[in-house]
Amino acid sequence: MKSYDAVVIGGGPAGVTAAMYLARSGCSVLLPERLTSGGQLLQTEALENYPGFPKGIKGYELADLFTEHLEGLTVDRPAIMVESISGSAGQFAVHTAEEDYLCKVVLVCSGAKHRQLGLEGEDRLRGRGVSYCALCDGNFFRNQTVAVVGGGNAAMEESLYLTKIVSKLHLIHRRDSFRGLKVYQDRLESMPDKVDLLRSSIITQLHGEDHLTGLTVKNLQTGQEKQLAVDGLFIYVGFAPVTNFLPQGIELDAQGFIVTDTEMRTNIPGIFAAGDIRSKLCRQVITAAGDGATAAQAAFVFLEQLHA
Amino acid sequence: MAEQVTDATFESVVLKSDLPVLLDFWAPWCGPCRAVGPIIDELSTEYAGKVRIVKMNVDENPATPTKFGIRAIPTLVLFKNGETIEQITGAVTKAAMKDLLDNKALA
Repeated sequence: MKSYDAVVIGGGPAGVTAAMYLARSGCSVLLPERLTSGGQLLQTEALENYPGFPKGIKGYELADLFTEHLEGLTVDRPAIMVESISGSAGQFAVHTAEEDYLCKVVLVCSGAKHRQLGLEGEDRLRGRGVSYCALCDGNFFRNQTVAVVGGGNAAMEESLYLTKIVSKLHLIHRRDSFRGLKVYQDRLESMPDKVDLLRSSIITQLHGEDHLTGLTVKNLQTGQEKQLAVDGLFIYVGFAPVTNFLPQGIELDAQGFIVTDTEMRTNIPGIFAAGDIRSKLCRQVITAAGDGATAAQAAFVFLEQLHA
Repeated sequence: MAEQVTDATFESVVLKSDLPVLLDFWAPWCGPCRAVGPIIDELSTEYAGKVRIVKMNVDENPATPTKFGIRAIPTLVLFKNGETIEQITGAVTKAAMKDLLDNKALA
């Protein structure tokens, strides 16, 4: 079995930063990532609030730069998914479908993924009208009618992106007010011909066999249902933590995110967590990177104490 | 690197291929496509001579994606003897792709 000082699980901004810091401190690092480095950055059109890029930067461009920063460092980066973790501080085993690895500390940076609506047909119609990535799939709906579901910043940002492409957009939100930034809401409200805001409404049914043809939408205040003919539905109803591989006994919050202290230590000695997987208020690229650096430093101190 | 096919070469490269073909519909501005791109390139080498693994840029080649009802990328389509065997949408892991190749393309 291959052995490392640290295994950093997940190649998003938190994991890449943690791996970079640990490698520069002289540690050997394994960075398993199920796809390619970048994480949710790869689903972000552009960042306007990452310091150092005053003109903004494309999500994939920043992801490429993050990855480039690992070149020449003692970081192994296999494209594999971690299935479980066993053992304890100083002698953890990280299990994947293909290989097992030994390590002294584990940094969990597995992030979050889009929540599904949980409606019948959602999986079947994915890629056939149902999408979780306006940036990827928006162009297939040029001059067509789409719906977006959700009320946070992601739903509103993606709606604004889609208004440049589609002919008509219905934004469906279960509450009577949006959680997203006021500036986004103002922009959407300034386009009444194109954007139809459906508050206090939920989708109860998806229609279509081999592709999406429409939705049933229910108004929660009146109880009335109506049919909407749409070509596409973009789902932005929040994020779920990726925690299926974590050991029993690790402390999670009510939403399933990992609880840490300010040094990114979990309740299990030798296991640290950083980025969107953590229980916290602000989930941004910059805070993920910051968590990664903090976790790496705490892990480095922990490793030194193990050796002492 | 996986070979790029176009609307013009699609029939000869994909539909008339003697080997099974895995086609990755992608675009340069699509992040999840960039996430699977390097995996597709690795697999094209690993399965050389067994499965033909190719890519199509949907920006430059609108006819074929329309014909196959592609409304999301990345989408992977497995062809055997000119017929569609399986279609997967969204970024999937290398293990999932190998599973598809071993159990559907080579079975």
